[in-house]
Amino acid sequence: MKQTTTIDKGLTEPYQINMGPQHPATHGVLNLLLTIDGEIIKKVEPDLGYIHRSIEKMCERDSYQQIVHLTDRMDYLSSNINNEAVCLTVENALQLEIPERVKVIRTIIGELTRISSHCLWWGVMGMDVGALSTFFYGFRDREMLNDIFEETCGARLTMNYNVPGGLMLDIHPNFVKRVKKFIAHFKTKIPEYDRLLTQNVIFQKRTKGVGVLSKEDAISFGVSGPVARASGYSCDVRKYHPYSALDKVKFNECLKTEGDTFARYQVRIMELWESMSIVEQLIDNIPEGEHRVKTNAVIKLPKGEYYQKVETARGELGVYVISTGTKNPYRLKFRSPGFSNLSVLNHIAVGGKIGDLVATMATLDLVIPDIDR
Amino acid sequence: MTNEILQELIGSWFPNPEFDKISEVVAQSEKDEISEESVESPTPINPCLLEFSEEASQFLNITVQPEQFYTLMSQLKTNEQTQFNYLFCLTGVDWGEELGVVYHLESTIHRHIVVVKVKTKDREHPSLDSVYDIWATAEFHEREVFDFFGIKFNNHPNLKRLFLTEDWDGFPLRKDYVDEINMVIK
Repeated sequence: MKQTTTIDKGLTEPYQINMGPQHPATHGVLNLLLTIDGEIIKKVEPDLGYIHRSIEKMCERDSYQQIVHLTDRMDYLSSNINNEAVCLTVENALQLEIPERVKVIRTIIGELTRISSHCLWWGVMGMDVGALSTFFYGFRDREMLNDIFEETCGARLTMNYNVPGGLMLDIHPNFVKRVKKFIAHFKTKIPEYDRLLTQNVIFQKRTKGVGVLSKEDAISFGVSGPVARASGYSCDVRKYHPYSALDKVKFNECLKTEGDTFARYQVRIMELWESMSIVEQLIDNIPEGEHRVKTNAVIKLPKGEYYQKVETARGELGVYVISTGTKNPYRLKFRSPGFSNLSVLNHIAVGGKIGDLVATMATLDLVIPDIDR
Repeated sequence: MTNEILQELIGSWFPNPEFDKISEVVAQSEKDEISEESVESPTPINPCLLEFSEEASQFLNITVQPEQFYTLMSQLKTNEQTQFNYLFCLTGVDWGEELGVVYHLESTIHRHIVVVKVKTKDREHPSLDSVYDIWATAEFHEREVFDFFGIKFNNHPNLKRLFLTEDWDGFPLRKDYVDEINMVIK
C-alpha cells in the first residue's frame, strides 16, 4: 500500500493564526483570525469589539449638542466631518437657515480634514509596505494642518468645531493666510510624494494586481469612498447629495477602474489635488456674516425620521435619527464607512499572501473606532 | 423615478385578492342601484401585506409583513425598473412592543431611495429572513443587529455575536436592557 504524506500531496494542513489585536499593520485594536495554508490565506475573519463604546446607546441618553462631541471619537481622522454630519441632521430637521459663511467654512475645514487624513494614510501606507521614511514626510505636512486647526478651535484632532446652528467660534484672523501658505507648500510636496513612493518600482510591484475588487462586488458589499471609486463605482456623496457649500464648487470625482491596491492608492493621491482645488475656490470668498444662528438651549427634533449622509475621508457616513419629539433621539444609528469596507476584506484577501493582506488593509484605510462605534 | 410611481409599481407586486371581487361588487351594486353603505373603497394594493408612508421622513417608507419580506426584497433588487442594488444602511430598532429592522436602499442606476421596515411582535424569539444573498453587506450588518437586539436571521451563514463576547447576557440596545454597573442613567 502506498503511503501518502503531506509532502506528496504538496499541501500542508490549514491552520489558524491571530493577526492582532496588537499588530502594527492593523492600526489599532483589530484582531483578524486568519486561516492559512502555508502562506496562502484561506479565510479572514475579523474579531471586533475591543474598543466598542456603544456610542449609539449613549446617544439615546444624551442631548443633540452632546452627541456632536461623541462623533469625534468614531473616525477620529475625519472628526470635523463627523461633527458636521450630526449638525446637518439636526439643522435639516429643525429647518434652520444656516448662514453662507458657516457653510463655506465648514466645507473648507472638511476638505482640510480630508487632506490631513490622507497625509497620515500616505505615511502609514508606505510604512506598511516597508518604506519607513514616508511616515515622516506625511506627518511633516499634516503637522501644518494640525497647527491651523489648533489655532482655529483649540484642538488638533478631535475638533468639536461644529455645533447645531453653526460654528462654535469664528475663524482666527490668521486662518486665510495660513491655509493659503499651506496650499502653496503642499502643491510642491505631492510631486515629491509621487517621486518617493508612487514611482517606486518595489512599491508598484507590491501593490499592482493585489486585492482586486470588482465594481459589482463593491456595490454589493456596500463599499464607499476611495475604495469604491478605485473600482470604477461612482459614489461620491459630495457629487450626488451635496451638502454645505459643495454645490457651489467645481471638482472632479476621482475614478479608477483597476480596483487593485495601486488604484486605491492613486485615487487618494488624486483626491488630495481635488480637495486643494475646492479649498482654493472658497478660501478667497468667505462671505461675511454670523458664524452661528441661535437655537433653543434644549433642542427637540420634531417627531419623525431623518437621514443625512456625508463623505468622510473613508467614505459614506450616514446618520439615521428616529425622533419621538423629545430632547433625546429614540434611536440613532451611525452607518460608518469603515464597517462596510472591512466586510469586503475576506472577499479580496482570500488566495493572496499574508504580505499582500497588509498592503490591502493599508489601502482600505481602516480606523478601528469607526468600526467599533 | 418619483415616489408615487415607485409606490404604484411596488404595490402592483402584491395585488389585493379582494380588489377584483370588491370592484365587481361595486359594479354590481351600481348596476342594481343598491345603497353603497356596506361597500368600502377598494385599494389595488393589499393593505395586510404592504403599507406605504411618506409622513415624517424624506424617503418613501414601506412597512412589510415578515412573511412577504424576502420576496419583496429580492424583487426590489432584481426588477429592471427598481434595481435597488445598494443597501447603504441596516438598522435594528426596538419600537417598544415590536422589534424590527430598517433597510435603506438606493439604486446606483436610477438613483432613487426607498426605506423598507419589517417588524415582529415576538420579543422572546424574534426571527426574520436574512438578505445576505441579495446584498453581501447584510451579512456583517445582520450580525451587528443580532448582537445588539437578539433578532435571529434565518439562513444567515454565520450568525454569532460580532462585537460582544459569546457569553454576554442580554441585548444592550434593546430599551429594556439594564446593566446597573456599566450604564449611567440620568
